[in-house]
Amino acid sequence: MKYSYYPGCSLERQASAYHQSTMAVARPLNIDLVELEDWNCCGAIEYIAVDLLPAYALISRNLALAANQNGPGNHQLVAPCSACYLNLSKADKYMSDSPELAEKVNIALAAGGLSYTPGTIRTRHLLDVIVNDVGLDAIKERVTNPLYNLRVAPYYGCVVVRPGFNNQFDDTEYPTSMDRLLRTLGAKVIDFPLKSHCCGGHMTQISQGVALELIRRLLKNASDYQADVIVTLCPMCQLNLDAYQDSVNKHFGTDYTIPILYFTQLIGLALGLPATELGFGKEFVDARPALARIGSQPDMTDTAGLRRDKKALPMPRMTGEV
Amino acid sequence: MSEERVGVYVCHCGTNIAKTIDVQDVATWAARQPHVTVARDYKFMCSSLGQEMVEQDITEHGLTRVVVAACSPHMHEKTFQGACERAGLNRFMFEMANIRELNSWTTRDRESATQKAKSMVRGAVERVIHHRPLEMLPVPINPNTLIVGGGIAGITAALDIANAGYHVYLVEREPSIGGHMAQVDKTFPTLDCSACILTPRMVDVGQHPNITLLSYSELEQVDGHVGNFTVRVRKKARFINEALCTGCGDCIEKCPGKALDETFEVGLGYRKAVYKPFPQAVPKYPVIDPESCIFFQRGKCKACEVVCPTHAIDFNQKDEYLQLTVGNIILATGYDLFDARKIPQYGYGRLANVFTSMEFERMVNAAGPTDGQIVLRDGITPPKSVGIIHCVGSRDKHYHEYCSRVCCMYSLKFAHLIHERLPDTEVYNFYIDIRASGKRYEEFYHRVLEEGTHFIRGRVAEVTDAARMPGEEGKLIIQVEDTLIGKQRRIPVDMVILSVGVQSRHDSQEVAQLFGMGCDFNGYFIERHPKLDPVLTMSDGVFIAGACQGPMAIPETVAQAGSAASQVISLISQGTLMMEPIRARINADKCSGCRICNNLCPYYAITFHEDRKVSEVITAMCQGCGACVSACPSSAITGAHFTTEQVMSQIEGILWDVRETIPLMARS
Repeated sequence: MKYSYYPGCSLERQASAYHQSTMAVARPLNIDLVELEDWNCCGAIEYIAVDLLPAYALISRNLALAANQNGPGNHQLVAPCSACYLNLSKADKYMSDSPELAEKVNIALAAGGLSYTPGTIRTRHLLDVIVNDVGLDAIKERVTNPLYNLRVAPYYGCVVVRPGFNNQFDDTEYPTSMDRLLRTLGAKVIDFPLKSHCCGGHMTQISQGVALELIRRLLKNASDYQADVIVTLCPMCQLNLDAYQDSVNKHFGTDYTIPILYFTQLIGLALGLPATELGFGKEFVDARPALARIGSQPDMTDTAGLRRDKKALPMPRMTGEV
Repeated sequence: MSEERVGVYVCHCGTNIAKTIDVQDVATWAARQPHVTVARDYKFMCSSLGQEMVEQDITEHGLTRVVVAACSPHMHEKTFQGACERAGLNRFMFEMANIRELNSWTTRDRESATQKAKSMVRGAVERVIHHRPLEMLPVPINPNTLIVGGGIAGITAALDIANAGYHVYLVEREPSIGGHMAQVDKTFPTLDCSACILTPRMVDVGQHPNITLLSYSELEQVDGHVGNFTVRVRKKARFINEALCTGCGDCIEKCPGKALDETFEVGLGYRKAVYKPFPQAVPKYPVIDPESCIFFQRGKCKACEVVCPTHAIDFNQKDEYLQLTVGNIILATGYDLFDARKIPQYGYGRLANVFTSMEFERMVNAAGPTDGQIVLRDGITPPKSVGIIHCVGSRDKHYHEYCSRVCCMYSLKFAHLIHERLPDTEVYNFYIDIRASGKRYEEFYHRVLEEGTHFIRGRVAEVTDAARMPGEEGKLIIQVEDTLIGKQRRIPVDMVILSVGVQSRHDSQEVAQLFGMGCDFNGYFIERHPKLDPVLTMSDGVFIAGACQGPMAIPETVAQAGSAASQVISLISQGTLMMEPIRARINADKCSGCRICNNLCPYYAITFHEDRKVSEVITAMCQGCGACVSACPSSAITGAHFTTEQVMSQIEGILWDVRETIPLMARS
């Protein structure tokens, strides 16, 4: 399967582990990611708040490039970063809804010799592509080193499941795509209640007290559930939980040491790829002690909590989910 | 045609039509059209003065045809046909132009609406001059009635009709009648024991000589029309011989097979493989569920057969098909409850101590899985605090926009029952608005307020077990914006009850199709008129009662069931029914015997005479749909009141102002 690939600025630097692991797993999963040539900033969170029209023009330049570089027909553009995914989808959607906006944006694009017809490019998040296009069955077949006994907290963050647009691929309030994916890899997935709560976003720069409290809640909850690692799909979430974990500990007198990893890194491990190809070692909170817990056999003694008393009432049967 | 004298009447309908259409202009214009003798506009044509005007004109001006431009023929066609008849004109020498629903209500553009009204009137005039006098067809009414659904609606309607001396077939899908009301513990606001008021009526149904109870049965097919329906019912194999079974229950006691009861106990309790849904079940015969029966699954066991004193167990029983003929049908198919799993942030199915309202209803019922004890999912611990979340799946554009109408009251009832059983337990109600608009409902609300229930106004954002602050550990935390104080609140509780809304039956569309009637966007059956004909449907002889029409509580359901029953009784007591003679007829001289129409007829109303090689319509079965008329390659079939001439003239009339002549189909 061939996709245009829009890495976004984070994956160039601070989230290079995400980029590296994405590239590493793409090959064995048969995802052909062709990086968009000459791509530019997605506008991140700030620019849309500053001035809408230039922001949309900026974002749409990437869509126009994707359309240009792929020739006629409909194409898919994959973004691993939640903010990039949201901005690209949003610009496309708003231009589809408002021909006036599309016209103005196209006047701006024309200055660079480009044009874009809304709806031509379908923006996808990397998680969506891996879970729904590659499929869990195909992944399961390729798992050589299952992540037995690694307790993972799947953390989606606020943006990826909430565009509310046509390409929404999971439940807005309680997504489960990554839960199912990680279970396929053999990991023990905790039912992480704060999976779609806020990581603090750019509050770390504006109002650190607020951000630290939001980060603390996530770390506390994951730690209450005895998660070995928190798994993310967004560079912002990863940065906040990882880089500010130390600040949280100092501020609240806690001692959390929960490594924050990208889901692509765990896919890579389960597929048997060497850790060096997956960007390990770039995280602030050392992942090695947690990863050492991965066992060669699933621990069967860990079912004590599941055994039910004879008097206990049956739990509701869930549809679809195992 | 030149001797035809047509009267045209344009109705204002107050301002409903006159606001958008220049009715005077239409009337003045109509008076100048060919064949029109007199044309008038009037404020309310349907009033007795309006009707008298038509009658007077027929007498004084010698009108031979009448056109009324007003509302939908569904509303008043019969009214004006009656006026024609009173003045000595055949009722079919009349035509209605619907300039309200099809015109004035659809636009604000006065000029084009007026123009369209003229076209519609002209079409009606051109059509009516080709009308032929027809006589109504008397149809005898089969005095038997079919009732689908054995909840409180079906039970009530069945008893009313049976007590009037007519026979009723009551078809119920589940092994017992009783419906949702049998699952409920207490009814609001009187706190009557639901079973105590319901079971006597169930027993009456079971014993009534005029009621044939077909439980564990499903409707498969419906043919025919009002007065004479033929229905096919599949009686599912119970694997119990009803003629021999005494209902002693020995088989149930000895059965080693166990299964989760996901119907009656909504997954909160277990039942045996041979079971009755509940002790007072009617009929008293149990059912063997092959899915959980050890004999059916593994070929060994037959414990029930061994213990049955009357040898009533029959593992070889097959589904039986019954053919019933009835004159009228009442649909009382009820409702489903909203599936709380669709709102995952409320935790149902993930967080053990989140319950649905029906689970709680079973729990608090003395005959339920906990013998009436209010306990957490562990089966032993009584909750010290309970949060009841209203409007789960209701009043929410993501799920159902409508109000389910019963949840507020049953939630208040739960609060009361918790106070009664666990006096030290705190109860929180999270509501959007309290809707207590029934007899003694508001008073009940005040009673619960005085009992000390906390009311927090706001839609709950989520239920979580993620503790954030001290005091939250081990609790379920309800996160909500209290809209009365404008603050986010976190309320830690032990138990959460989701007051799930009411929704239409999952298969209501298919049932509606079976009867050739419609469902609204939410899947509820459409009544003939929401205000004045709530239990009639667009299909004559098919009535609806209870929550299959929309969410409603027991009193309204019972009232509707009674209303449907009285409609049926009044039809039966007439003995015969005058049906509109709008039927197809085959001209035997023109019929080529191709038989295309034979298989096309959805009502099986066309037979083929082998000897003469011609087809013939059985008038009594024909519904006048016109499928055969348009399909006949020899134009041998005519639909009475919808002849080619009539339809084509109407089209030409509508297109009166089109300049160029459009080559229409050649007239036959």
